[in-house]
Amino acid sequence: MENLSHDIIIIGGGGAGLRAAIAAAEQDSTLDIAVVSKVYPMRSHTVSAEGGTGAVMRDYDNFDLHSFDTIKGSDYLADQDVVEYFVKEAPKEVIQMEHWGCPWSRDEDGHLSVRAFGGMSVKRTVYAADKTGFFMLHTLYQNSLKYDNLTFYDEWFATSLIVDGNRTHGITAINIKNGSFGALHSRVVIIATGGAGQVYQFTTNAQIKTGDGMAMALRGGVALKDMEFVQFHPTALPGTGILMTEASRGEGGYLVNKDGERFLKRYLPEKMELGPRDILSRAIMTEFREGRGLEGKYGNYVHLDLRHLGKETIDTKLPFVRELAKEYVGIDPVYEPIPVRPAVHYMMGGVNTDINTQTSLEGLYAVGEVACVSLNGANRLGSNSLSECLVFGAVAGREAAKKAKKLAKPSTEVVAKSVAREEKRVYDGILKNETGNESIADIRNDLRRTMEENVGIFREEKKLKTAADEVKQFRKRWGNVRVEDKNSVFNTNLTAALELDFLIDIANSVVRSALKRTESRGSHYRNDYPKRDDTNFLKHSLVFYEKDKLRVDYLPVTITKWQPAERVY
Amino acid sequence: MASQKTIKIRVKRYIPEKAEEPFYSEYDVPYSEDMVVLDALNYIKDNLDGSLSFRWSCRMGVCGSCSANVDGKPKLTCSSFLKESKGDSILVEPLSHFRTIKDLVVEIDVFVKKLKSIKPWIIRNEEKPIADGEYLQTPEQRDLIKQTSMCINCMLCYEACPVFDMDNDFIGPAAAAISYRSVMDSRDDGAKERLDILTSKHGVWDCTYIGECSVVCPKAVDPALAIQKLKAMGGISIIKSLLPKKK
Repeated sequence: MENLSHDIIIIGGGGAGLRAAIAAAEQDSTLDIAVVSKVYPMRSHTVSAEGGTGAVMRDYDNFDLHSFDTIKGSDYLADQDVVEYFVKEAPKEVIQMEHWGCPWSRDEDGHLSVRAFGGMSVKRTVYAADKTGFFMLHTLYQNSLKYDNLTFYDEWFATSLIVDGNRTHGITAINIKNGSFGALHSRVVIIATGGAGQVYQFTTNAQIKTGDGMAMALRGGVALKDMEFVQFHPTALPGTGILMTEASRGEGGYLVNKDGERFLKRYLPEKMELGPRDILSRAIMTEFREGRGLEGKYGNYVHLDLRHLGKETIDTKLPFVRELAKEYVGIDPVYEPIPVRPAVHYMMGGVNTDINTQTSLEGLYAVGEVACVSLNGANRLGSNSLSECLVFGAVAGREAAKKAKKLAKPSTEVVAKSVAREEKRVYDGILKNETGNESIADIRNDLRRTMEENVGIFREEKKLKTAADEVKQFRKRWGNVRVEDKNSVFNTNLTAALELDFLIDIANSVVRSALKRTESRGSHYRNDYPKRDDTNFLKHSLVFYEKDKLRVDYLPVTITKWQPAERVY
Repeated sequence: MASQKTIKIRVKRYIPEKAEEPFYSEYDVPYSEDMVVLDALNYIKDNLDGSLSFRWSCRMGVCGSCSANVDGKPKLTCSSFLKESKGDSILVEPLSHFRTIKDLVVEIDVFVKKLKSIKPWIIRNEEKPIADGEYLQTPEQRDLIKQTSMCINCMLCYEACPVFDMDNDFIGPAAAAISYRSVMDSRDDGAKERLDILTSKHGVWDCTYIGECSVVCPKAVDPALAIQKLKAMGGISIIKSLLPKKK
């Protein structure tokens, strides 16, 4: 493969990556920008986002209220300067998407509709039926095609960042279609690869969500922040983990246990179904534990009941939920309640960035779910993540464009060395390893099971230590992994091995951070430390890669005007 | 469980580095009522043959990656259930109207080029500032673009299209439907430009209205109808351009 060179490389073509690409392309038409993605951009996982995009759009709403909801939702672990910037930019980004043709749902007067969402104190979630992510992704992708200074590398798998001292010089990647390997040089890299839900057995996430960008950054010397905070979405279909959007509850759906009782009255009497996801997920698990769950092939579940909404509301506001429930569990929500249970949905943690999406490496930015700009703290509110992709995607694009003008061209020497080293690791070490006898699927299944059992919604030291020990074993076993497919062309066996490699680092980061945080905050609940401890833990966790080991450190939380208070709904 | 029911999955394979010609592999896969073809493919990949290549991602029918011919019909493998199959074996083959890269993976760059050629972005004579808010659109206006906005670019309609099979340059159902959506969008001013593209060579006039594209669409888009409407609009547009201009 010839060595390819661009001013800016964006890894990932989902909501955040494409928004960044467009922002950079618009900022400076002389810049040469590339989007590198392991799938065609319209396959990116943004496509599965359903409920909507949070933004202050109405007179009854205001920035402080959106900020406060977000900060309270985060259990006071969000950086408040980030939140304040975010809420001000979000409405502009929603309008920008409208100008680009996003088919948002409309009120009779032609304005954008808004719906209620969990943890949001007023209606502020803009939506496009219940396929908001799908429509946003296609709008962004179709718009991105008009920029002549944007190049797409579709189905290229990034394997590592090229790092020298304190800056990045691009990435190494496999062209999946022909198996060739090489460098994509650049002055600036933006990581926008999304989350890592595949580290758990039961997840709403697509199979491509394997934490690639997080692991690459970690190995490149950048810290991952707040990795212990894993969001469980309360309502996914048992078995598949397919998401039943929070909009179902935003539109008035009920959660009901086996006795037909709206059990949330015992947990969140004020908010009921519109409580934040961490608390709802714990409530459902408590119902299971106390014997009030229903029992099915895939274990316990509760009912999401939409029947009282009526066919018309379901068909106009929640058509995808109806389609998915009918298709995958044979249930028509117009007539029957939907079986649901919590499933891993979102990583609050990720690559540590500042408010400008910049990481600790010169020229390296991260944005979207892969990043932790500290908007979401210990628990993200539903519908803030699509807005986050837009707001901070635009920031990343603009900042990267500025930086690309300042930084010198990448060093060809450093690049050559990195490519040689990485090619040896991937091809000689993994693909051509003839003695490997560990199955990719076996290690992956064991890893995902361990995370599910030991690093789930309720955590405790003993289980976390079990997970830590097992993750060590997985790392060892991975060293002996067998790639059966020895061909070059479209070798998804090789990419699966590399994804598993990334997943093990993600698991390790989550477990390490979770062990050290001996308090309960947001989505991180410790049975052995059930109280929030602001004295010792009102701070972000950082994990660093040091000589094949992880070191945990901390960073203060930025407070502007909302002093931490008890989180009562 | 000795009584575990199994099903035979027959897959059309192609490994360019191994053989010039495609071949078939057969696998016995444990069967359950709630399994889809994609689950069977993953079972094969994880347990029987790691060299089998196929695309997939969301496994909920919205990313559009996992298309293949299942028992001769173009389908999303993530939403075609094993129980829907009548026989005791299921045949899975790559989409045949596209070049096969490996096994079930086909080259769809041809579609990306078409998508770009129809200028799928909003075209407007004059852009208003973001500070002035959204372009108002009534629910009725929005409904006009609702159905054609649903396209997930899964390529099943191209697989069903006999014209595309004969002529890979034909704009085809999905790209035409997406363009129809732009033409119908109350916020778009590019109708003339779009119709010019769509009525040029390899455009909508080549459609013979077989209508299979609409039958196979997993998202209930009706590209066949969209194409007929575009023909009508294109025809009017051409006639208008031939008429002497009023003074």
